[in-house]
Amino acid sequence: MGATHLPSTEFDGTEMDDRLEAEAEAQLGAPAEPMVQLLGPDGTLGSDPVFSKYAEKLDPDTLRGFYADMAKIRRFDVEATALQRQGQLALWVPLTGQEAAQIGSGRASQPQDYIFPTYREHGVALTRNVDLAELLRQFRGVSNGGWNPKDTNFHLYTLVLAAQTPHAVGYAMGIQRDQKLAAANAVASGEAGQAVEPNAAVMVYFGDGASSEGDVHESMVFASSYQAPVVFFCQNNHWAISVPSSVQTRIPLANRAKGYGFPGIRVDGNDVIAVHAVTEWALEQAREGHGPVLIEAFTYRVGAHTTADDPTKYRGSAEEGLWRAKDPLERLEKYLRAEGLADDAFFEQVKADGDELAAYVRKTTHDLETPDIRTAFANTYVEAHPLVAEELAWFEDYSAGFADAETAQATSDPAPAEQTDRAAQ
Amino acid sequence: MTTMTIAKAINEGLRATLNNNPRSLLMGEDIGALGGVYRVTDGLIAEFGADRVVDTPLAESGIIGTAIGLSLRGYQPVCEIQFDGFVFPGFNQITTQLAKMHSRSNGNLTVPVVIRIPYGGGIGSIEHHSESPEALFAHTAGLRIITPSNPHDAYWMIQQAVDCQDPVIVFEPKRRYWLKGEVDTETPGASADPFKAHVLREGTDATVVVYGPLVPVALAAAEAAAEDGHSVEVIDLRSISPIDFDTVTASVRKTGRLIVAHEAPTFGGIGGEIAARISERAFHSLEAPVIRVGGFHMPYPVAKVEEDYLPDIDRILEALDRALAY
Repeated sequence: MGATHLPSTEFDGTEMDDRLEAEAEAQLGAPAEPMVQLLGPDGTLGSDPVFSKYAEKLDPDTLRGFYADMAKIRRFDVEATALQRQGQLALWVPLTGQEAAQIGSGRASQPQDYIFPTYREHGVALTRNVDLAELLRQFRGVSNGGWNPKDTNFHLYTLVLAAQTPHAVGYAMGIQRDQKLAAANAVASGEAGQAVEPNAAVMVYFGDGASSEGDVHESMVFASSYQAPVVFFCQNNHWAISVPSSVQTRIPLANRAKGYGFPGIRVDGNDVIAVHAVTEWALEQAREGHGPVLIEAFTYRVGAHTTADDPTKYRGSAEEGLWRAKDPLERLEKYLRAEGLADDAFFEQVKADGDELAAYVRKTTHDLETPDIRTAFANTYVEAHPLVAEELAWFEDYSAGFADAETAQATSDPAPAEQTDRAAQ
Repeated sequence: MTTMTIAKAINEGLRATLNNNPRSLLMGEDIGALGGVYRVTDGLIAEFGADRVVDTPLAESGIIGTAIGLSLRGYQPVCEIQFDGFVFPGFNQITTQLAKMHSRSNGNLTVPVVIRIPYGGGIGSIEHHSESPEALFAHTAGLRIITPSNPHDAYWMIQQAVDCQDPVIVFEPKRRYWLKGEVDTETPGASADPFKAHVLREGTDATVVVYGPLVPVALAAAEAAAEDGHSVEVIDLRSISPIDFDTVTASVRKTGRLIVAHEAPTFGGIGGEIAARISERAFHSLEAPVIRVGGFHMPYPVAKVEEDYLPDIDRILEALDRALAY
């Protein structure tokens, strides 16, 4: 019996496994798969048939701005890590190594676009003009979302992995409906063809770890079915806490887009110029109604997952060294200096600005007010809720009891002297 | 006044919502051309188009998750979950995202999503099609949960759910979808507040609190008890979160006895919550312990024995006897 009666090797599983493994090694270790790169680790600018034209549009001010933002957010990262070590933050989620992926993509977005981050997108937050001190409120434990997303179109951080991906697709479906309504209204009012508002797109961030979550799959199915204007921006930083990306996927993550029927592009996530170019293209595609795009930014989390993590337990320093050699800031500095676009004075100013930001963040964090739990009662529901009202009333009574006790204590303060006297006798 | 079934009343309520509220839309599996597996959305896609009556991919987390995104963009989605037992792939989105968004945004964001779930047993169906998971959602702060028991309430409550700025889950008693009754489409009348309980029958000896599919059962039990000389007050809870404890408390102060019946298992259920609250609020009025009637602590049983599982008239009368024996 056994397998002898089965048809012989129409499908050779072992061979398939070996081939996949070889491919996975090639692609995950040192990606042989086409990866868009414009600015190499040595600081020289290469070319790409599709994306070079986006890089050519970048003026010197913008390029210097890329560097300034990356340096600023790295300095912020150092400061926040220090604040956690000093007990001023409960936890910090460092981004060092991923500056190009975040600044490049964030700066490719436009004000009317809406961004759904996961919880490490401090660099994207900077590009959306979120007050970085407000961003720390969540990590200090004084808020679960420190800023108002309506101010910057930068959504709150989402800690349940990938849960924000369907929100992004739904938001994009809303944009589609808004555009149809606007068009219908324009026709009705005889102003057809006049765009009322610029077209908008949505960009949603997630990581290689979260790519395994079902919500990413469901989101991509919905996005594809409805051709929603959404860009899926996956930062493959190679580690989901302690588990390498090879456990999440055996093919380049960008390739998954094919299965859903939309473009997927792997970009050098440490090349801010390429990331910006690819993201600008993808957002244009989405805004123009061509549907979703998946971008996989191939990058590396140089530091720990969080301040509670210890990477020495699961990965070697040689690997970290390999990636430090691909540092996103160093390569842009090389380029800017070689092209004569920035001098010592510029880099000194960037450093001074970073220190100023750090000082601001340090001071503001110390001053962040602890909220009153009454705000939690107030924000559980929008509309009046009898149970919340009843529990709040109880809490007020209960608290008032302590106030009475304190008052009583205060008025009886002269007594201790007498008691002490008695005790002495 | 028009006579219609609960299913038709919800259909008409949704139609009114789609007409009155241009930002509202329906989402779910098979709700378009088919009109839903229970035909509750029958004909709506023809009237309002595929952008407002959206046949979604078969993915509950995706349905709730994209509905949240639509609501963040200013839309008011009404999601249909095909059956009670299939809500769980969407449970994460409902409990960790939908319920908390307003709170975690410090009140800056609102997500007025409505989720319709046909629930309960008694239809002779197969596994996962007869469950009553309302307590799992009632335990989650940030959600509101209502359940109509008659066509008039069904017509108005679905519209009130959409109008509410909080997320609302509407549990629809699927075995009563074909129950007929009068609907006043001009005015909700006494049903103006969906979170208020209704005293359906006044009595003096005991109070029976029920909701959704058990309302007709409790009314029949009260009728039978009357023949035995016992006067039973019947309350239709209507809202499971929040619960209108004022109405229940007032009734118990009058009758001194309380029975709570639901199809869901009693352990950790709504009946236990009501028993605890009433014992705090009306301890000195109680002549007997609060008695719960409900499902057993087991997965919903196979259809051929569901009659042994579901509370019926006799189970309620048996509980009444126990309460009256004190």
